Order: sequence, then C-alpha cells, then structure tokens
Amino acid sequence: MDTEFIAEYIPLYVEASRLTISIGLIGIVLSLIVGLLIAFIQYFKVPVLRQIAAVYIELSRNTPLLVQLFFLYFGLPKAGISISSEGCAIIGLCFLGGSYMAEAFRSGIESVGKGQEESALALGFQRSQVVRYVILPQALSVSIPALCANMNFLVKETSVFSVVALADLMYVAKDLIGLYYKTDEALLMLVISYLIILLPISILAALLERRLRYAEFGN
Amino acid sequence: MEDSIDEVNHMAEQSILLEAKNIVKDYGQGRVLDDVSLQIHKGEVIVLIGPSGCGKSTFLRCMNGLEQIQSGQIVLDGEVITEGKTDWPSVRQKIGMVFQNYELFPHKTVLDNVILGPVKVQGRDKKEVTKEAEKLLERVGLLEKKDAFPRQLSGGQKQRVAIVRALILKPEILLFDEVTAALDPEMVREVLDVILELAAEGYTMLIVTHEMQFAKAVADKIVFIDGGKIVESDTPEKFFTQPKTDRARRFLNTFIYEKETGGEKL
Ligand SMILES: Nc1ncnc2c1ncn2[C@@H]1O[C@H](COP(=O)(O)OP(=O)(O)OP(=O)(O)O)[C@@H](O)[C@H]1O
Ligand SMILES: [Mg+2]
Repeated sequence: MDTEFIAEYIPLYVEASRLTISIGLIGIVLSLIVGLLIAFIQYFKVPVLRQIAAVYIELSRNTPLLVQLFFLYFGLPKAGISISSEGCAIIGLCFLGGSYMAEAFRSGIESVGKGQEESALALGFQRSQVVRYVILPQALSVSIPALCANMNFLVKETSVFSVVALADLMYVAKDLIGLYYKTDEALLMLVISYLIILLPISILAALLERRLRYAEFGN
Repeated sequence: MEDSIDEVNHMAEQSILLEAKNIVKDYGQGRVLDDVSLQIHKGEVIVLIGPSGCGKSTFLRCMNGLEQIQSGQIVLDGEVITEGKTDWPSVRQKIGMVFQNYELFPHKTVLDNVILGPVKVQGRDKKEVTKEAEKLLERVGLLEKKDAFPRQLSGGQKQRVAIVRALILKPEILLFDEVTAALDPEMVREVLDVILELAAEGYTMLIVTHEMQFAKAVADKIVFIDGGKIVESDTPEKFFTQPKTDRARRFLNTFIYEKETGGEKL
C-alpha cells in the first residue's frame, strides 16, 4: 500500500466527495418534492396529472439511471437541447428518485385508514386540513424508513455520474487507476469516501426508526 | 301511553331540524336507500334499527355528506344542503358524527384530539377551547387522561373522547353509528350512559344501535329499516310491544331467541 500516494491524492477525493454530496443532496431534495407532489396527485386522484404520473413512475422505475443519463447528455443535444454535466446529473437523479420517493410517501399515506379521513371530515375539516393535520403526520412516520433507504440508494446511484463527465468519486478513482495503476489505493480511498458519506445517512435512519418505534401511536 | 302520543303530537309542532326527503342512494349495484324520508325535530332522539346491511350507516353518512345521494333532498334548518354548492365543512360542524371505531387521531393526545377541531376548523382561541375541553372531559370522567395517547385508553374511554370531540364543536345534531358495537360488554354501559345524559339535556340525536334496551330507554321514536326502506316507525313503547309489520316482528324475535338460549339479555 502506497501511503504517500494516498496522502497526495486525498484532496482529489475530498473535492470529488464534495461534488457527490452536493449533487446528491440537491437530487434528493428535488426527488422528495417530486415524490410528495406525485403522492398527492395520486391521493387526490387529479385527472390527467394522475395518468402522467403513472407513466412517469413506470418509466423512471424501469430504466437504469445510466440510460437516463445517456439520454439527457447525448440524446437531448441532438434535439438541440444541451444541458451541463451537473444539470444532467441532478435531473437524472431527481427523475429516478422521484418515483421511489413517491412510492414511499404513497405507502405511508395508504397506511392511514379511510376512517381517519372520514372522522376528520365529519368534524368539519377542509380536505387540505385533513391532509395537513391528520394524514401527513401519520403517513410520514410510516414513510421515514423507506425515505431514508431511498436516500441511501440515490447516493449510491451517483456513482454512474462519470458517464456525463462529472468529476465525481468514481471518476477520480478510475482516473487514478488509469494514470498510475495504483488500483488498491485508489479503490480503498473510493470505498472509504462512500462510507464516510453513506454511514451518517444510515445511522440517522436507524436513529429515526428507533425514535419512531418508541413514539409509536398506533390504535 | 297517552303521554307518549301527546309527545309525538307535540314534536310535530316543533321545528324540524334535519329532514331527509325521498333519499335514494346507489353504490352502483342497486338501491341501498330507496326513497327514505325522515324528519328530525329539535330535541328529538331517533333510533334507527334494522338488520345488518339494511342501510343504516349509509343513511347517516348521507346526512353529513360523506356519501353522495342520487336523488332526494336533505334539509338542515330549512335549507336544502344537497343542491348547488354546499359548504360541507360548515354543515358538518352542525351535524356531529361518532363512529363505531372511534377514529381518534392516534398521533395526538386526548386533549389535542378534542381541541383540534375548534382551533383549526372554527379558529377559536386555544386557551379558551382547552378550558372547555377539560370541562367536557371531566364530565365523561376522563380529565386525568387528557395527556394520554389514544392507544393508552380502553375502547370505552376512546369512545367517550370521540363523543367529547364531536360535542365541543357545538353541533345542532349528533349522529351515532353503532358506537358501542366494537366494545367489550363491560364498557358498553359507560358509553351509553353518556349518550343517555345527552338525551336528558335535550340534544337532538340520530342513533344507530343494536342495543335494544338502550334504544327503548333513549328514543323518542324508533325507525325500523329493512332493505333500504323505512318499514315502520313508532314510539319505542309501541314498537317493542306491538310491532305493526311482520318484518319488524321477525327482527325483534331474533333478539328474543338469543335470550331464550341463555344469551345475554339485550
Ligand atoms: N362503499 C360501499 N360501496 C358499495 N356498497 C356499499 C358501500 N357501503 C355499503 N355498501 C352496501 O350497502 C348496503 C348497506 O350498507 P350499510 O353499511 O349502510 O348497512 P348497515 O345497515 O349499516 O349494516 P350494519 O348493521 O352491518 O352496520 C350493504 O349491502 C353494503 O354492502
Ligand atoms: Mg353500519
């Protein structure tokens, strides 16, 4: 193991980690927004949008992120639309993550019985108030483990970003291996970098899950 | 007996609070409510009885707009609420409803369950509402449970909280749909006692129940439904001693049968 090599290139990995984290974070936040929107479109059975959402979910879940990125990065420019590497990465991540987040929200919302909605309506709540005060708080606590798992999954998916020429962790590792044949060192640093990024998410998820179990309020 | 006839006549003179006119409800496989008409006067307690699946719950749910009717009218305080754009949220504040499965909000404490409606729906002052909620909870013997979560309560306690939650909105009429059907026998009484008290205070109520003794005690009028139609309606004294129709007699006999075979007295 060449420790000097490792020491020399740590800054490269830090830089790449920063990129992975920032794009991952933006992608996750956007996926959460898209997911929640879609979950509500399905819940309120909004005409037209509901069908569009269904098509989107199928498309998103049944194509690999790699293919989605190829389409954005190499396909769209042929149609005269060119998007930066970062743009492609964020859009791709959000496109992929949105459907997963939507499913996580949906299962949470569905876990809240119809009777809860009806009893709130019977008290004179507006539908929007029913969602805000009765359905969402209960749905979220059910959804949180799945939402955390999705975040973890999305961060891992960022490892294909190098195909759109983003200098992310994977890109840096491949580069170093190609240039110096220091495969062991480069991969070790790659694994450690991902661990440093992903472990906190997993720990946070575990903590939240435990808290939810203690705060369990089920009927 | 004569008293009760006078009472019925007297009722007719009083103002009609809620009226169903020729209600037809169809979920898509035939009529569940077939031309049902019923007047509920202010202060009147009407008990709906009838075999399972005859449409009792459906009728209650139509009255507060949880189900849409296919034809007919519902009139509340002289206003038709089933035509044009109805502001259901404000109608529902006047028509309280309590469900068989309590449906308390499990993520909220007892007190928060009770004050959520008045604070969020009616925009009332939280402090003032809290005081009122505490008074009501005390009346049903649950003040010391105000900070508990629903899962920490027995079924009977949950149902009493659900009643308080409906009461605090000061509805003009309360609908009860088999509110003791999910309870263990020893808890039925504590819930029915609360409803009996409300009746004594003059609350207008429309009650669906299978507790015949309770029906007899609380009702001004028994309405017997079968197959989506009102088959018979009468004072409890008359209905339970001399039902006019065969169907009502057969229905009442099912309860007597339970008694003869050593089942609990209903
Ligand atoms: N949402 C629904 N969709 C379709 N059919 C329904 C629905 N709700 C009730 N029904 C049907 O309508 C009829 C009346 O049901 P309802 O629940 O009003 O009866 P009920 O008198 O309250 O019976 P129970 O004493 O068992 O509570 C039944 O045949 C039932 O199957
Ligand atoms: Mg019913």
